[in-house]
Amino acid sequence: MARKILTEHINIPGIESFDVYRQQGGYTAVEKAIKTMTPEEVVEEAKKSGVRGRGGAGFPMGMKWGFLAKPEGIPRYLVCNADESEPGTFKDHHLMKSIPHLLIEGMIISSFALGANKSFIYVRGELMYVIRILEKAIEEAKAKGFLGKNILGSGYDLELIVQPGGGAYICGEETALLESLEGKRGNPRNKPPFPAVKGLYQSPTVVNNVESISNMPWIINNGGDAYAAIGIGRSTGTKLISASGHIQKPGVYEIELGLSVDEFLNSDEYCGGVRKGHHLKALVAGGSSVPILPANLITKTANGEDRLMSYESLSDGGFATGTMLGSGGFIVFDETACIVRNTWNFSRFYHHESCGQCSPCREGTGWMEKVLHRIEHGHGSMHDIDLLVDISKKIEGNTICPLGDAAAWPVASAIRHFRDEFMWHITNPLEASQPGAVYQGEMALV
Amino acid sequence: MTEIPNPVAFTPERLEKVKEIIARYPEGRQKSALLPVLHVAQEQWGWLSSEVMDYVAGILRIEPVEVYEVATFYTMYHLDPVGKHVIEYCRTGPCCLMGGEDVYGHLKQKLGIGAGETTSDGLFTLKEVECLAACGWGPVFQIREKYYMNLTNDRVDEIIEELSK
Repeated sequence: MARKILTEHINIPGIESFDVYRQQGGYTAVEKAIKTMTPEEVVEEAKKSGVRGRGGAGFPMGMKWGFLAKPEGIPRYLVCNADESEPGTFKDHHLMKSIPHLLIEGMIISSFALGANKSFIYVRGELMYVIRILEKAIEEAKAKGFLGKNILGSGYDLELIVQPGGGAYICGEETALLESLEGKRGNPRNKPPFPAVKGLYQSPTVVNNVESISNMPWIINNGGDAYAAIGIGRSTGTKLISASGHIQKPGVYEIELGLSVDEFLNSDEYCGGVRKGHHLKALVAGGSSVPILPANLITKTANGEDRLMSYESLSDGGFATGTMLGSGGFIVFDETACIVRNTWNFSRFYHHESCGQCSPCREGTGWMEKVLHRIEHGHGSMHDIDLLVDISKKIEGNTICPLGDAAAWPVASAIRHFRDEFMWHITNPLEASQPGAVYQGEMALV
Repeated sequence: MTEIPNPVAFTPERLEKVKEIIARYPEGRQKSALLPVLHVAQEQWGWLSSEVMDYVAGILRIEPVEVYEVATFYTMYHLDPVGKHVIEYCRTGPCCLMGGEDVYGHLKQKLGIGAGETTSDGLFTLKEVECLAACGWGPVFQIREKYYMNLTNDRVDEIIEELSK
């Protein structure tokens, strides 16, 4: 069995309560950090660990903390991004509902490290039941002296607030999240200034993902070096993978980074293989926004090396033959899945979720959805395929936040690898627009 | 469907809750309470009429338009009257891979309504939503705070019959 950092205790009955969590060694990292370490030493351990942002961007967390401005007399904020909304991703949901104190312990340590006295956990509003679980856990931690005034007699004060969102994918973008937290529409801000300088209420702010912060108790207990010893290269530690689609055992799995994609997909410890009687067609490895891969590029890279579950190996070959680890939303497609229909579905998602500020995204996402809709429904023309590629190129890189890229990549990659399937839809409109119709020709072009 | 009495006012318990929410934020930053307070309002009235939004603006000491622009941006807020049970089903890719389109088709047929509509008895409203972060347990829908997962046609029948009692 692989080492577990986040989920070791997740199946213990009652682990959502303070007492059971404490019996399993919970909150010892808070004691260690607050009683025996300086905030700078905690930041140093985060840096040594090499833990990278688990929300999708993969930016080193310790380095992000290092950017935080510390002007005299101005409060600093830590905001946890629990707005998990990337299709295919449900790991933070699983972690928070099952073992809420892990995130709270991580928030206390991280807030202490950053010198924040008021910190927020911004949870997507749909997860109101999880918000209630977190709020109950916060009350328990407060009653035991781990939150509130003068934590463990140290003189350090921390108030932890759980903020519900209102249903908007864009609020997972950190500056949109801060706007939302200020009670506004979730429109991403122009950068610079970055949140580390001007964030919440124009004060220095760090925004980190749930999973990133939840690693901190282990890092403090065992040291950043011990964390960095797990994983492979610059992909240190473990990663939660949300596995969905056509597999035997959908669910959330914690893996050591560097595990082979083949083992993750096929071993009984994880996905258990493609569902019985079917075979692999395609994979979205890191949430809906990352490029889709055809079967022949999933377990092997274009060079024929084993593909690994790591930031580097998944992106091997760039977008021509690779993809990204992203948020770890691992969506598996067997031969019954229609790539055109799925691409239209994802495109509709990004059109629906575009905030509308930047023209390329506002207009382009709707346009792509419309073109994909007509191809899927038997009204496409050959020109439409290149039109989609053209629109996607004009969105990519031309917006103030990454939603534009996230909308462009799934479309561009689907055409890159499954162009024949798009062509089949256009040349066989009657057949292709039947419910459940799927292209049965060559599975993919590389 | 819920009639919203005029003048609009929170119940005493909810008003306490709202005061507690406002007190969470730094001095002068009470606008941060807007999203959570709109959730409390929707919990009481089922949807947000312009009177409700004006009332919330008054409580938070912000302009009514600041409430309208937020309420219209976020998809969870209902801007029209809804039925007693709002069924919000996930239409995004992973749920569809798990047979979502068939299950939702069955759901619509069972209730005799389409997305965005309410049954004539005012019991159910159907709302199509994007990813609910439960992809491995799809197809999924949500009714208020409860998630219903791994849905099948039979399971849908059971849930609807249970809620129709």
